[in-house]
Amino acid sequence: MIGLTHYLVVAAVLFVLGLLTVVSRRNTIAILMGVELMLNAGSLNFVAFNRFAPGFPSAFDGQIFSLFIIVLAAAEAAVALAIIFAFYKINRTVDADAANSLMH
Amino acid sequence: MSSPADLLFYLFAAITIASAAVVALGRNILHSVFFLLVAFTGVAGLFVLLHADFLAAVQVIVYVGGILVLILFAVMMTRKVRTPEVSNEAVGLWRGLLLGATALVLLVRLILNSSWFGGRPVAGVPGPELTTVDGLGQSLLGGYLFPFEVASVVLLAALVAAAVLVRKEARGLDESAD
Repeated sequence: MIGLTHYLVVAAVLFVLGLLTVVSRRNTIAILMGVELMLNAGSLNFVAFNRFAPGFPSAFDGQIFSLFIIVLAAAEAAVALAIIFAFYKINRTVDADAANSLMH
Repeated sequence: MSSPADLLFYLFAAITIASAAVVALGRNILHSVFFLLVAFTGVAGLFVLLHADFLAAVQVIVYVGGILVLILFAVMMTRKVRTPEVSNEAVGLWRGLLLGATALVLLVRLILNSSWFGGRPVAGVPGPELTTVDGLGQSLLGGYLFPFEVASVVLLAALVAAAVLVRKEARGLDESAD
C-alpha cells in the first residue's frame, strides 16, 4: 500500500537532485533547471499532504498552494531567463563564475 | 501483493528520479533539458495518482509546454559553439554529492521517523468522484480570492520586468554604439 511516506521520500530525492544541480553547475540555465526541480519537489509534497490529510479547513488547500507554486515558478523562469539573456549579451557567456556585473 | 496503482506509483517514481538524476549529472545540457521534460511529466503522473487531475494538466501545460520551451530557447541561443559536448560542466561535483547525500539522509530519516498526524496510521481517503476542477474553482474565487489576485499582479510584474530587462539592455547597446 502506497502511503504518504512513499511520496515524501520521492519528493526528498527530487529536492536533493535539484540541490545537487544548483550547487554543482556552472551554466546559469542549468542552475535554473535545478531550482525548477526543487520547486516541483515542494509542489509534490503539498499535493501528497492534501491527499492523505485532507479536510482542514477546505479539501483543496494543498492543491491551491501547488497551483501558486507553478504560477510563481513561471514568473521566476521568465525573469531569470531575461536576466541571463541580458548577461549573455554583455559577456558572451552564461558561466555563473563569470557573473559579477550586468553593466558594461 | 501490489495493486496496479502501486505499480504505477513505482513506475512514475522511477521515471521521475532517473530523469532528475540525468538532469543533475548529465554532461550535455540539451540532454539535461529533455530529461527535465521527462521528470516533469513523471511528476504529473504522480499528481494523477494523488487524485489531482487538474494540477497534472496544469503541470503538463505550464511546465512542459511553457517553461521547458523557454529554457530550451535560452539554451540554444546561449550555447557556446566552442565546446558543444561539454556544455554543462560541473564544478565541485564531489563536494556537491557529499552535501546532497547528507541532505538526503537527513530528510529520509526525518520522514521515516516522524509520526505523521499524531501517530495515527495515514489512510488514503477516496478522492472526489469526478474532477477537482469544481472544488479548486470554488476555493480560488472564494477563500483564496486575494492570493489569486496578487498572483495575477505578480505575473504582470514579471512580464513587465522581463521586457524591461531585455529592452534596457538593447538601449544600452545603442548608446554605446553612438
